[in-house]
Amino acid sequence: MKNGKAAFTLPGVLADIPTHYCPGCQHGVAQRLVAECLDELALSEKAICIGSIGCSVFIYNYLKVDSVEAPHGRAPAVATGVKRARPEAAVFTYQGDGDLASIGMAETMHCANRGERVTIVFVNNTVYGMTGGQMAPTTMVGQRTTTCPGGRCADNEGEPIKMTEIIASLGGTAYAARVAVDSVKHVRAAKKAVRRAFEAPLNNLGLGFVEILATCPTNWKMTPVQANKRISEELIPYFPLGTYKNLMGEQAAEGTEVEG
Amino acid sequence: MSGYQDVIVAGFGGQGVMLIGTLLAYAAMEDGLNVTYMPVYGPEMRGGTANCTVVVSKDDIGSPIIHLPKSLIAMNRPSLDKFQPRVQDGGVVVVNSSLVDMALADTARVQAVGVPANEIADSLGNTKMANMVAIGAYAQLTGVVPLDVLKASLKKVISPNYAKMIPANEQAIQAGADAVRA
Amino acid sequence: MSTPGERVLIKGNEAICRGAVDAGCQCFFGYPITPQNDIPEYMSKVMPNLGRVFVQAESEVAAANMLLGAAACGIRAMTSSSSPGISLKQEAISYMGGTELPAVIVNISRGGPGLGDIGPSQGDYYQAVKGGGHGDYRQFVLAPGTVQEAYDLIGKAFDLAFAYRNPVMLLGDAIIGQMMEPVTLGSNKETESNSPDLGWNLTGKGQRDPRLLKSLHLTDGALAGHNLRLRDKYASMEKDVLFENFLVDDAELIVVAFGSIGRIAKSTIRKMRASGKKVGLHRPITLFPFPSRELDKLAAAGKRFLTIEHNLGQMVDDVRLAVRKHADSDFYGQMPGNLPTPEDFEQPILAALGVNS
Ligand SMILES: Cc1ncc(C[n+]2csc(CCOP(=O)(O)OP(=O)(O)O)c2C)c(N)n1
Ligand code: SF4
Ligand SMILES: [Mg+2]
Repeated sequence: MKNGKAAFTLPGVLADIPTHYCPGCQHGVAQRLVAECLDELALSEKAICIGSIGCSVFIYNYLKVDSVEAPHGRAPAVATGVKRARPEAAVFTYQGDGDLASIGMAETMHCANRGERVTIVFVNNTVYGMTGGQMAPTTMVGQRTTTCPGGRCADNEGEPIKMTEIIASLGGTAYAARVAVDSVKHVRAAKKAVRRAFEAPLNNLGLGFVEILATCPTNWKMTPVQANKRISEELIPYFPLGTYKNLMGEQAAEGTEVEG
Repeated sequence: MSGYQDVIVAGFGGQGVMLIGTLLAYAAMEDGLNVTYMPVYGPEMRGGTANCTVVVSKDDIGSPIIHLPKSLIAMNRPSLDKFQPRVQDGGVVVVNSSLVDMALADTARVQAVGVPANEIADSLGNTKMANMVAIGAYAQLTGVVPLDVLKASLKKVISPNYAKMIPANEQAIQAGADAVRA
Repeated sequence: MSTPGERVLIKGNEAICRGAVDAGCQCFFGYPITPQNDIPEYMSKVMPNLGRVFVQAESEVAAANMLLGAAACGIRAMTSSSSPGISLKQEAISYMGGTELPAVIVNISRGGPGLGDIGPSQGDYYQAVKGGGHGDYRQFVLAPGTVQEAYDLIGKAFDLAFAYRNPVMLLGDAIIGQMMEPVTLGSNKETESNSPDLGWNLTGKGQRDPRLLKSLHLTDGALAGHNLRLRDKYASMEKDVLFENFLVDDAELIVVAFGSIGRIAKSTIRKMRASGKKVGLHRPITLFPFPSRELDKLAAAGKRFLTIEHNLGQMVDDVRLAVRKHADSDFYGQMPGNLPTPEDFEQPILAALGVNS
């Protein structure tokens, strides 16, 4: 596996500075996977990052690529504008669950439905991290947050939204997968999925979408270890991992180790 | 008290600086004074430091934000570095000397008083009460509110589930006051 | 619900919640954004326990339209946000203005433009008082300067909304929202305007003729007539103007400042009075309707003016219009991103007084 080394050296596109993320926050891992894929696909010179509003808003400090900050939820619309104006660019968004699945639901679905040749990296940590842990559309039933202090109640707030399944059902989507980064095995599979989510639009097949289940120890009020355990014990059973759509078949798998 | 006092309370997140700021504000209210309490908030809090500003006055209060405070409670080194230069000449600075070298106190300009808050709190059985030691010392030095009012206000800031901690916190306030009694 | 006379130490954001609950607010629609998060968080705890409605909307756009729906039913309802979210609510506010719906909107504003920062700012003055959405409408704008006022004015906001069938905005900032002060509770009361049939609201038609609430007026001249009526309504709001004058009688110079900047300027003025400077303060509490008549009176009495704001200069336009027959106004703008302190205003006041220092 020619990329095996990448896990131990800093991807060139990733700035060598400490991040602002809390201890045990998996935004750091997700962001690093994106950086590795940008390096491996040699995209750093033509990539344009659409930042979103959430704890990852400072992604432009870490990824040495051109970036624009979108209003909360609007990253897929901004990405559409960027991609249509610069078709040669490798355009990607990086969005949280509040940003993508709540306020940005319409933009996300229409971007996918139009089959924009862009990549959406969706980091689902089941809360609004940046604003202090309010309920998100992906908050689990029973999960306590600062705006559902008694726990999310399906009757009132509905059930957690499964974005990858929704996006996979739309005609313009070329690739949609859900991954986690709670174990070495899952990180490997996640890396591959992120790479495919970049390859799909680059191969002109449609939108690439990858959902990464991630921890927010701070707002879950857990230690990093407890938070990581919650991913496998609580989240994965409800948000099953896997590839939900892939129009690339074998062609895209070239050069990528297939597993899991 | 001369009718007006303001203070910046600063330290690491987790040292309970916001709690003693709120405690002072409650005590001032209970004492029939006007008071404002202004915290830092939002993602700023995640940087690991915390501070709040409390203004106490017999008159109604204009600004709740004070750039040049009359006094400071510095629970750690970065707080002293950041806020001591802004304290008015002759102002009271309570320094947590358990964590801060008193040589850093600008004794020529301000009235700096070292209080080994962590050690005193330790000796009372819980380092976490260092904040209470500091506020006790501060109240004693400035007379901003009577000690008994400060102690009586503990029930406002300590949730009923932890009510059994109140006597120990009263002790810590007293120990802080005793430490600076001339 | 509060016990009348109960005295508590609370944040401005909580005072707004408690004031709204005491005033009979039945429905709250929110969305997280700093520095107003305490409001939806408090309402999510308290409203369901009172059998009232709390909904975290999917966006501010949705929250404002949920408010439109509840307001159309004649129910006391409210939404809150901070600047970027308030921008998203403007469409619904314009529709509520046009449809004449009583609704309360809270803006705990922050630095802009764009994402700006999460600190205090008065950059939303124009948006609030000139009608931030499209079309020619106005809303009541109430700007509290203390936490007590935040409690009192949110109650007043509901009363005004129903008295005029019009949106009312409470415009605070991160200082008012985040600071704690003692507040005496219990003065806000529900009124009969929360009763189910107000003569215009939607209740289900029953035996009466159906009612229609809308802002579309296509027939010849219909919109003109509607807008003329709105104009008269807006003009009639002047009787509810609120302001505070502080040490103006003998003042040579009057600082005009609203909200938190008004109270901070008060500290500067007290200090300068101690050294014999004849400075006073005029603090508009309603920003729309603006206290133009009072300012005109002060100008006619020979006062000079310095407007201080936490922005590039917005309210100063209204001050200049108000005093134009007799005077002008200087301006000092503190930039959002810097916390304002009383010291910041000393030089501008000395300069306006013509004192060299
Ligand atoms: C229009 C608007 N509304 C609200 C906000 C406040 N806000 C900032 S980040 C955020 C949500 C963050 O949650 P998420 O997207 O899940 O990202 P996370 O921080 O969890 O990674 C919100 C509501 C905003 N900036 N703009
Ligand atoms: S608040 Fe949560 S999502 Fe944000 S940096 Fe901290 S752990 Fe990560
Ligand atoms: Mg999130």
